[in-house]
Amino acid sequence: MARPASRDTSLTVPASFSAVNRRSLLRGALGAGALLTVPGALAACGGDTATSGGGGASAAPGPVKFGMNEAKGSGPAYERLQAMADAYAQKAGVEVSANAVDHNTFQESISTYLQGTPDDVFTWFAGYRMAQFAENGVIADISDVWPIDGLSDAFKEASTAPDGNQYFVPVSYYPWAVFYRKSVFEKNGWAEPTSLDELNALMEDMQGKKVTPFAFAAKDAWAPMGTFDILNMRLNGYDFHMQLTKGEQKWDSPEVRNVFQTWKTLLPYHQENALGRTWQEAATSMANEECGMYLLGTFVVDGVPAETQDDLDFFTFPALDASIGSDALDAPIDGFCVAAATDNEEAAKAFIGWLGTAEAADAANSSASAPFIAANSNASTEAYGALQKKSAEVVQNAKSIAQFLDRDTNADLANTVITASIQDFLKNPDNIDSITTSIQQQAASILG
Amino acid sequence: MTTATPTQDAPRVKKRRGAARVEKRRGTRDRLVIGAMVGIPTVLVVWLVWLPALASVALSFARWNGFKLSSLEWVGTQNYTDITTIYPPFWPAIQHNLIWLVFLFVLPTTLGILLAVILDREMWGSRFYQTAFYLPVVLSMALVGFIWQLFYSTDQGLINEVFGSNVDWYGDPDINLWAVLVATAWRHTGYIMLIYLAGLKGVDASLREAASVDGASEVKTFFHVIFPVMRPINLIVLVIVVIESLRAFDIVWIINKGRNGLELISALVSQNVIGEATRYGFGSALAVIMMVISSVFITIYLRIVFREERR
Repeated sequence: MARPASRDTSLTVPASFSAVNRRSLLRGALGAGALLTVPGALAACGGDTATSGGGGASAAPGPVKFGMNEAKGSGPAYERLQAMADAYAQKAGVEVSANAVDHNTFQESISTYLQGTPDDVFTWFAGYRMAQFAENGVIADISDVWPIDGLSDAFKEASTAPDGNQYFVPVSYYPWAVFYRKSVFEKNGWAEPTSLDELNALMEDMQGKKVTPFAFAAKDAWAPMGTFDILNMRLNGYDFHMQLTKGEQKWDSPEVRNVFQTWKTLLPYHQENALGRTWQEAATSMANEECGMYLLGTFVVDGVPAETQDDLDFFTFPALDASIGSDALDAPIDGFCVAAATDNEEAAKAFIGWLGTAEAADAANSSASAPFIAANSNASTEAYGALQKKSAEVVQNAKSIAQFLDRDTNADLANTVITASIQDFLKNPDNIDSITTSIQQQAASILG
Repeated sequence: MTTATPTQDAPRVKKRRGAARVEKRRGTRDRLVIGAMVGIPTVLVVWLVWLPALASVALSFARWNGFKLSSLEWVGTQNYTDITTIYPPFWPAIQHNLIWLVFLFVLPTTLGILLAVILDREMWGSRFYQTAFYLPVVLSMALVGFIWQLFYSTDQGLINEVFGSNVDWYGDPDINLWAVLVATAWRHTGYIMLIYLAGLKGVDASLREAASVDGASEVKTFFHVIFPVMRPINLIVLVIVVIESLRAFDIVWIINKGRNGLELISALVSQNVIGEATRYGFGSALAVIMMVISSVFITIYLRIVFREERR
């Protein structure tokens, strides 16, 4: 349960984070070295420099408290964080006391956590939520940790709050795409669809073979947002997505209604009873061949049996409108912040600066059972499976990268209105007009 | 509140002059003790209950993200108008809370009382049944929700597996409230049973004997003799049921955060103030509405209790 919740977060993009910057964001980050193994950056060669790998003013290392949004033993995500903490403790010769909290709990108590006695460095997400904490003075300005070797300007931009300072260090990201089992596709003679027609034909064929085309889960309210996002970006484009999430476009506009309308026509190809299903259960039904495909983040691998994991492959959702194309996708960034309440800022900065390095990413990936896709372009890709390599490639080729509906949008709107409204739509797909009107009314009240 | 002591003493002083001196000598110390015993809880109650409650009322007229006080913005009754007009989950939540209340009364409470009456007859194995029925009560509601998830899961759940059905127990908004109520009843029945059983053990056996000597049937004895004698316990049960149904929260939160057919006022409050969303003003307004509804029941209860005491 821990992993999925990371999608439940709401990160919205700082106002200054312009579309152009976002576009170049991960493409630039990955361009150089993400796909190549860079032996020089391996942990062993990190050597004896005791200071952080970041450029700028390297703060003196010291004992730090590290807040992790993964519970002990909750899987690869926890292993990676713990590995980074251990590696730093060993390298800098300081004590890193880890505070491992269940993912949901961590997120739900984040506001009180930050205003109470937070850990010095804690896991968080890029974008609006980071910016909001920065604006409210609960996370510390860490501009002097930047630039960090291997993190591109685009990543720096993603770590910058509207005041122009950096408050965040990215460590990894993951794209949302349509996953499927290679062996199942091969057996049935199916191929990755590259156009709407091909997708339609594929879905028809799957139904003919008594396979539900799309696995689908909406018990966790964030999960169906992935579908909304991709349809919105395919039908209205990335710019519209950004304008909508910033409140510059209306939720009852014809464009948004068109998204729901299209979704409605696709619903018969989705698993029924989605509102009672967790994404893990949906992933299982793809793994056991009840469903052909599943649109989810790469964390879908955590939901399928180990023997099926190597059989997974994915493609990006095909274009629905030729003039819009299919070069936009969701790829949320995870990373770290320093709490403003820390009385240990020097040590915290030393630690967070190191967390952004390739050395940290390698420490995480070399000791966890499943790797993340490192934000640092110097990080080793040795631990990457085919899935991670392809993910990095896909993100690199994407022209525009969004975070996620609930990360790009005002948190209040996303968590109290859009979640419930999308579930409402799944219950009553015919009520598109009243649902979109209701979202817009509430959006006006919340953002107003 | 300390002033109550001397006025109460006054009549007694007149009656028993000898004892008065003793009472007076102890007076100062007693007064201090009583003052501390009354004062400390009062301070705690005011500090931990009344001030936060009043702060919630004040916040319900504002828009605030919970960080800096400077970002607090007074918006008048906008939160309340929004809640009642453009906030879709609100009216379903009120409705669900009422259904919850009625259901708890009709099924688990009567069932619990029935079980208590049966178990009170000291039949063979009653200890075992008592424990079995009470066992769910020691589990937290969150755990109850999780346990029942194993029964209710659409694809992997026991019920659908055994009956070959394909019902989306937790997901279908027409069904999930009832599915959750059954899970709640599973726990609530044992709770009521134990309380009632304890009450029944305290009923004077001679009442039963007298009733049976008079030739009253078992059922008549219960309704005309035992039940009226149990009045204090009945009141406690009544209050427990009302409180349980108003504070119902954890089970729907663990299932789907109180959305999609499982809206409850308490869950809506949490959705707005806990976690990612920080609509403190809006959430407070919901909490105030919940407080008002609760106080209606509390007032009724207190009136009954006070009337009882006056007798």
